[in-house]
Amino acid sequence: MSAGLIGKKVGMTQIFNEDGVSIPVTVIEAGPCFIIQKKSTEKDGYCAVQVGFEQKSKNVRKPEAGHFKSAGKGIFRRLKEFRVNEKDLQGLNLGDELKADLFKVGEKVKVTGFTKGRGFTGVVKRWNFSGGSDAHGSKFHRKGGAVGQNVHPGKIWKGKRMAGRLGNEQVTIKNLEVVKIYPEKNLLLLKGAIPGATGGVVYIKKSK
Amino acid sequence: MVSPIIRDIEKRQMRVDHYFIKPGDKVSVHTRIIEGDKQRIQVFTGDVIAINNGRANSRTTITVRKSSSGFGVERIFPLHSPLIEKIELINRGIVRRAKLYYQRNRSGNAAKIKVKTDWR
Repeated sequence: MSAGLIGKKVGMTQIFNEDGVSIPVTVIEAGPCFIIQKKSTEKDGYCAVQVGFEQKSKNVRKPEAGHFKSAGKGIFRRLKEFRVNEKDLQGLNLGDELKADLFKVGEKVKVTGFTKGRGFTGVVKRWNFSGGSDAHGSKFHRKGGAVGQNVHPGKIWKGKRMAGRLGNEQVTIKNLEVVKIYPEKNLLLLKGAIPGATGGVVYIKKSK
Repeated sequence: MVSPIIRDIEKRQMRVDHYFIKPGDKVSVHTRIIEGDKQRIQVFTGDVIAINNGRANSRTTITVRKSSSGFGVERIFPLHSPLIEKIELINRGIVRRAKLYYQRNRSGNAAKIKVKTDWR
């Protein structure tokens, strides 16, 4: 297991490959990320690196500044821990820069992000209920319909699909192919879509 | 609004040799077709009836329409695709709109686009 990257979704476009086939790609600005903290088995019970992304200078509290001190790369807005195995951990030092060239073209990665929040949505959008007819005198349009039975069971079952908040949940998309990398700009081009809005923060790891 | 990063990536993909195409033009599109390890060029000649997806990006496509033995045939070509060998401009037409979809309801002589004489 090697470390991952924190990135920002830039948006989608398409590029042509050598065969002239156009591939839909998501552009991610992945890095520069820095290693802020190392976690080892002796001290923490597991091996991991904490990675920082997006430098900030405003609103820094003293304990926060202390946490970033030993890495010596400034204060970062986003932090994320990535599990690594013991052997890889030894090769990584505090303050090391992780760039988009952590991945190779053709490699499969997984991307974790938060989907767009849709707010309070009805059952048609949230659970793909079919709803009723819009015409022919129908008075049943986008409702959920009956939610249960009568005296027995005398309650609504837990987990019954109803209207409510949709989106803004963590989603991981696996096995996205790395189509192209611009290491000098820290850009990763992945085939296909990833969760979240443009500008959203995503975590990129190697697929197993 | 398109991010400047995306615009930059698209710019790298863009070809500079097809800027001249306009709706109403009669063009020959030479497409490279790869069959196994063999390559050949296919030519499609017709009128450009639409330019889609905007011009300032690498996703631009053109819709070319021709009449083939009485049947209207339309093909959509990605303008910046490396598979397009070249696009030849045969003549320019006099048209008043950007999308010439009315051509689909016309046939025979009515489907002819008036040729601009002073386009060169």
